[in-house]
Amino acid sequence: MTELQDQKGRGGTGSGARGTGAAAVGPVPIEVRTSIYKMMVEMRDFEKRAYDLFLQGLVKGTSHLGLGQEAVAAGFAAAMRPSDYTFATYRGHNHTLARGVPMTAVMAELMGRQAGLMAGKGGSMHLTSVAHRMMGSYAIVGAHLTIANGAAWSAKLRGTGEVAVCFFGDGTTNIGAFHEALNLAAVWKLPVVFVCENNRWMEYTPISSVTAVAHPAADRARSYGLDPVLVDGNDADATYAAASAALERARAGAGPTLVEAETYRHGGHSRADPGKYRPEAEVQAWLARDPIPLYRLRLVESGVDESVLRQIEEAAQSAVDAASAEAAASPPPDSSLVEADVWADGGSSWRR
Amino acid sequence: MAEMTYRDAVARGIAQEMERDPSVVLIGEDVGSAGGVFKATVGVFDRFGPDRVVDTPISEQAILGAAMGAAMTGLRPIAEIMFSDFFAVCWDIVANEIAKTRYMTNGQVSLPLVIRSANGGGARFGAQHSQSVENWAMAIPGLKVVAPSTPRDVVGLLAAAVRDPDPVLFFEQKSLYPAKGDVPEGEIVDELGTAVVRRHGKDATVVALAAMVPRALEAADRLAGEGVEVTVIDLRSLVPLDVTTVATSVTETGHLVTVEENPRLCGWGAEVASIVAEERLFDLDGPIVRVTTPHVPLPAADALEDAAMPTVARIMEGVRRSLQ
Repeated sequence: MTELQDQKGRGGTGSGARGTGAAAVGPVPIEVRTSIYKMMVEMRDFEKRAYDLFLQGLVKGTSHLGLGQEAVAAGFAAAMRPSDYTFATYRGHNHTLARGVPMTAVMAELMGRQAGLMAGKGGSMHLTSVAHRMMGSYAIVGAHLTIANGAAWSAKLRGTGEVAVCFFGDGTTNIGAFHEALNLAAVWKLPVVFVCENNRWMEYTPISSVTAVAHPAADRARSYGLDPVLVDGNDADATYAAASAALERARAGAGPTLVEAETYRHGGHSRADPGKYRPEAEVQAWLARDPIPLYRLRLVESGVDESVLRQIEEAAQSAVDAASAEAAASPPPDSSLVEADVWADGGSSWRR
Repeated sequence: MAEMTYRDAVARGIAQEMERDPSVVLIGEDVGSAGGVFKATVGVFDRFGPDRVVDTPISEQAILGAAMGAAMTGLRPIAEIMFSDFFAVCWDIVANEIAKTRYMTNGQVSLPLVIRSANGGGARFGAQHSQSVENWAMAIPGLKVVAPSTPRDVVGLLAAAVRDPDPVLFFEQKSLYPAKGDVPEGEIVDELGTAVVRRHGKDATVVALAAMVPRALEAADRLAGEGVEVTVIDLRSLVPLDVTTVATSVTETGHLVTVEENPRLCGWGAEVASIVAEERLFDLDGPIVRVTTPHVPLPAADALEDAAMPTVARIMEGVRRSLQ
């Protein structure tokens, strides 16, 4: 793994994916970079508002924020075609927004309202919008890697050129389904991209203390005949480059890619967790590498006008304000939904 | 009309549907060129090829996840779990993912898929290859549960399951694989959620499923020799459950006996009994009797397994108790 470790150093220049599995990708076009920035700012503002609304008692249940991890969701979404499939985890707000799902529907789902993406039947951990090819947020660790394989298998059989992209956390690399899915994807050469968002903490425990290898995903790639791909998950140009290479490989029929994106969640595991178990120095070091200000600086340095960025930031704030107001104005779902849509006939009857 | 084994009927049903609909695919361990460990998919691979009939590693979660992801994106997979006991290693995909996704997404996702599995005892395979797990499935909202008892029903109910827009668990009782029965020529498509009255008698209603159906019929034959005329209902499907056929018969006979291969607690017979007690109590002229395997893991030795599973004699005894 010397090769892998040698490539681990981080730069701020958008040098692309590290590791031997990613093909070289040219400079990221400026319109892509501004759209990535816009996505990241929207995600950040949306999730901060979701947290505020939780503190106000308007967002209920649990939620798992991706604050700090936006560069993974945005970089990949920017590289995907509209027809590609996203599979995400319970930490899926960002991945849902990244596919173009309206903020109001997501916020209303978090608030348990009629206007919610699933009319309140799924909640924060199950965001799904088939129309946007956001094929679901899955709350049982590992399961959706196997399901993403199925979508990829179907795409391959149907000859559509679609790719399934499946995001998951570092903790997932230690559950059986991860290994079953990686093996099958490799054997069947499926057009699927597995993206490990390694935020260093498996819920409340450091992933390094419960994993036999240093890089929980990348170090497992060789077991499945795949090249390790380790990428700076806080660098949106790097995630975009890694995504582009993996998607191209999948579309070319060369099979799956396993990407490990190193990142950090700014908050705790879930809304009930202040994340106090993490060393303060570690938190501060990662906050200093917050992907959004870093990317902003890079855009300015590469000649993007400040006013363009300010416009993006103001528009995001307005969009979050509007979505929160619309969601709050939506009534609770009608109780008739309790017994709706167990079956394709729209009902829940189990007897005749 | 041709006589055919239960196992050949499985292959025929799969082929019938794959021929009709190019989106139907078959995956599982050894289902391809090997023709299945029970030889229930012989010939399917040769006929439809490696793109549509795919062997998998021993990875039950990967098999069912692949079936789910394929079903949500335009295919109609038939997945095989070799022994139903193995559902225990992939139950997350069944119970948390496949069963709940339509509901959780407010109807956005359809999962037209079938999971076939060899279920039940009688083969002396011991406690980890002989369980009757249809009750596990019945307890999860969002799963349809089917268990045929005859070769004809295997073809017709499998076709209905494949064409159904919802996920169906299709339990093939492994001791029935060599059993023969008449199967009409041509396409057969049955209807889920319909029980069949296999024998009509005015004195008691016996409700059975899968391998318990032929035993119940034999018990009925013998009881007829004692002057007791028994109706035998083959339930065929637990979800949807044909309450109408059962309740109508109980109103006529006044007596209900369920015959279940599963261990006692929370078996499907308990649900049938509770429905009849709730809705037809005043039509009953005797206690509802459940004949089940005792609440034990199934033992391997033939003498022990035979003693555990409901026998013809125990079914007859159950009917007599109900009539007392």
